[in-house]
Amino acid sequence: MASTARLELVNIVKQYPGCRANDGVHLTVAAGEIHALLGENGAGKSTLMKVIYGVVQPDEGTVIWNGKPTQVQGPRHARDIGVGMVFQHFSLFETLTVAENIALSLPASEARNTRKLEARIREVSTRYGMALDPRRHVSNLSIGERQRVEIVRCLIQQSALLILDEPTSVLTPQEVQVLFRTLRQLSAEGCSILFISHKLQEIRDLCHKATVMRGGKVTGSCVPSEVSVDDIARMMVGSDTPLSTQATPSQPGDVLLSVRKLSHPTRDPFGTSLDAIDMELRAGEIVGIAGVAGNGQDELLRALSGERRSEAGCLSIGGKDIGQAGPAQRRQAGVAVVPEERLGRGAVPGMSLVSNTLLTAYGRGLVKRGWVRSAKVREYAAHIRERFDVRSASIDSTAASLSGGNLQKFIIGREALQQPRLMVASHPTWGVDVGSAVAIHEALIRLRDQGAAVLLISEDLDELYQLCDRMGALCSGRLSPLVPTSELGIEQLGQWMAGEFPQPGTAPSATEVTHAVA
Amino acid sequence: MLSLERRAVDSRLMQWGSPVLALLLTILTGLVLFWALGKDPLAALGFFFLVPLSDTHGWAELGLKMAPLLLCAAGLTVCYRTRIWNIGAEGQFVMGALWASVAALKLSDATGFWVLPVVLGAGIIAGALWAWLAAVLKTRFHCNEILTTIMLNYIALNLLLYAVHGPLRDPMGFGFPQSEMFTASALLPQLIDGTRLHIGLLFALFAAVAVGVLFTRTFIGFQLNVLGQDGRAAAFAGFGERRLIWLAFLIAGGLAGLAGASEVSGPIRQLIPQVSPGYGYTAIIVVFLGRMQAVGIILASALLALTFMGGEMLQIAMNMPKAITGLFQGLLLFYLLTCDAFIHYRLRLRRPLPSAAIGQEA
Repeated sequence: MASTARLELVNIVKQYPGCRANDGVHLTVAAGEIHALLGENGAGKSTLMKVIYGVVQPDEGTVIWNGKPTQVQGPRHARDIGVGMVFQHFSLFETLTVAENIALSLPASEARNTRKLEARIREVSTRYGMALDPRRHVSNLSIGERQRVEIVRCLIQQSALLILDEPTSVLTPQEVQVLFRTLRQLSAEGCSILFISHKLQEIRDLCHKATVMRGGKVTGSCVPSEVSVDDIARMMVGSDTPLSTQATPSQPGDVLLSVRKLSHPTRDPFGTSLDAIDMELRAGEIVGIAGVAGNGQDELLRALSGERRSEAGCLSIGGKDIGQAGPAQRRQAGVAVVPEERLGRGAVPGMSLVSNTLLTAYGRGLVKRGWVRSAKVREYAAHIRERFDVRSASIDSTAASLSGGNLQKFIIGREALQQPRLMVASHPTWGVDVGSAVAIHEALIRLRDQGAAVLLISEDLDELYQLCDRMGALCSGRLSPLVPTSELGIEQLGQWMAGEFPQPGTAPSATEVTHAVA
Repeated sequence: MLSLERRAVDSRLMQWGSPVLALLLTILTGLVLFWALGKDPLAALGFFFLVPLSDTHGWAELGLKMAPLLLCAAGLTVCYRTRIWNIGAEGQFVMGALWASVAALKLSDATGFWVLPVVLGAGIIAGALWAWLAAVLKTRFHCNEILTTIMLNYIALNLLLYAVHGPLRDPMGFGFPQSEMFTASALLPQLIDGTRLHIGLLFALFAAVAVGVLFTRTFIGFQLNVLGQDGRAAAFAGFGERRLIWLAFLIAGGLAGLAGASEVSGPIRQLIPQVSPGYGYTAIIVVFLGRMQAVGIILASALLALTFMGGEMLQIAMNMPKAITGLFQGLLLFYLLTCDAFIHYRLRLRRPLPSAAIGQEA
């Protein structure tokens, strides 16, 4: 058995200062197998990937590649022996073309012959149903297309094992289907695939086998198609964590936030302009905005938080115009915001939780005539930590020392405890462990029940369907209609995410339509 | 094989151990240097560090040189904590000295307690405005403040030279480029009789403590800190970036201006071209050596004041070039920046990599 496996990991141990990231991990991937690697953040998946890709060296244990014990010296060595990796955050140069980007990772002899390389790119991409024009600049490509560049790059290097780190988190449901077709074809041709994901349903659809990790150890393995989603989730989180929240129906009240013809031309060449956004949020409802990242979500968040000011009359909360107000004034008007970036926007990495409490909660009597009331701030920080079960050494721990889930609970707690009238949360559970995600969802529902309006911007469709009363999608800076969740099918939502929705005055552009169909 | 490895947590010990280590290495290098110059290293070191402080007069002189250094450093601390790399304390100092002199000379006939505050105020405003130029260039045109402040230093120096060669030159001064002597009402009171030490040192100590309080107790200090550590978090929280940058520059410029004013109305008593031996630049070292903390910059300013005195002493006693001062200051900064790496990293001894196949013996 061991001799036929493409990759076998035996007793991999990797110790980091203060954390045993991998603790005796065994993993076997057969040729042509699509193998899922599951686990919450901090379970040790990334470390294991880095071991396979040669980025870090294990302290103990052996990597057996095609039956031979191998010490992977580094990523270049890994590529040479046939391991390809597609990172969650793509490593592409936006100012170069597809072919140039691919050439960069090839030996000079192959990279020089541009025409031959372009022909190969065309051949490989059409063969696997991933249409790509080698001469286009990466900056003009959609996220899905960029991912194809990464995959094609691995294929051209003739990878025998392809590692994909959460590849579907950036795709629309339709794009996911295309990706899966490609992966199945690759698998049929004998290429092994190691597929890292949080999305259990996808794993059931795609993967032949799954290995589940928790706390650096393998806690189980299964054939995903033979067990239920809940069974897999249970292996991931252990026995004592609730798996999901049940949202109760809401009682929406009066219109709280109204957005009228909000347009923002972007100054960033790679940003997205907001195009005449219209929406209304009522008190006591959760409204979801789906969409693939980079379609204006960040711009919308900035426009609502006040980091980017708008023209007068575009935005009003409770009837009061806040278009021109800055973040501080909007916070005073009852707007709370949870940005996508936890470290480096929602919280200052090098500062303690106490200081990070003061960051946005200063309006809650924590400052008196310019002097910081330290005792009050500490009290407030301790209150957040306790109410939202933030696991940290103390309130003096730095934000950077917290895990993603705990920091996010802290940030949500900090905002929620300010009793906002409007809560805008962007990707609140992205990269967060299941336990924290449940706590965050509960906090949002609690806010809604207290009469706040909640705007949830997310890529996680399960999350949106679970929590939202109404939802729509954002594509290229345009917002689809917001309709009750129960009336919106996933197919329809997928089309909206690709830009196929009616918009007064503007027809969907041709390229976007073909996108969705492709 | 030695390699640097990132620490999981920054070392608190090295935070303060680094300046001490840097000082030791500087002294060690100094010994080698003196030896190479053919001087008795220990004697030279004694002249540099000990002899200047052998009597009251020496201590008073130390305080005298500390005052401008500490004033400039206190202001720079505000900037550097906000990650604004204002290198312009020298120019702000010079402008402070220049306009304080203008005020003092214009008021040479006046007497009364109000003259001195006006003179110092003129220096503060001049220094602050000079810094504000760089602030506007940064916030309005996104000019890098390192470049603008350095260039403004040269402009300030040339304005000073123009003033002492032209409009402010003492007509009775035999053509020397210097102003008239100030009258008594424009002079800072002495702190210890019989020495040149003046109350400028008290301003400096007060400024250092005030800056410490600013950052530990006040909300505006917190905002400056946030802006320094994480501009996007500051924008997210709604802390006005422009307002904070201006404030940091104005405080730094005002304090450097006060330092310049205190020099001309303190020990020098007139405006001369060599009003600063580079206090504004040396103050940069003070801030980093003092870890941007009140107590730290007070101690560091004393140490660097000593390098000025030690350099002069060596020049007199052992006939060495005056450049020794700059050399020691440079060494100190160099070693400090090097040692600071150990706050975030630690040395690890590693066995040579390849052959040892991992896990095979297990």
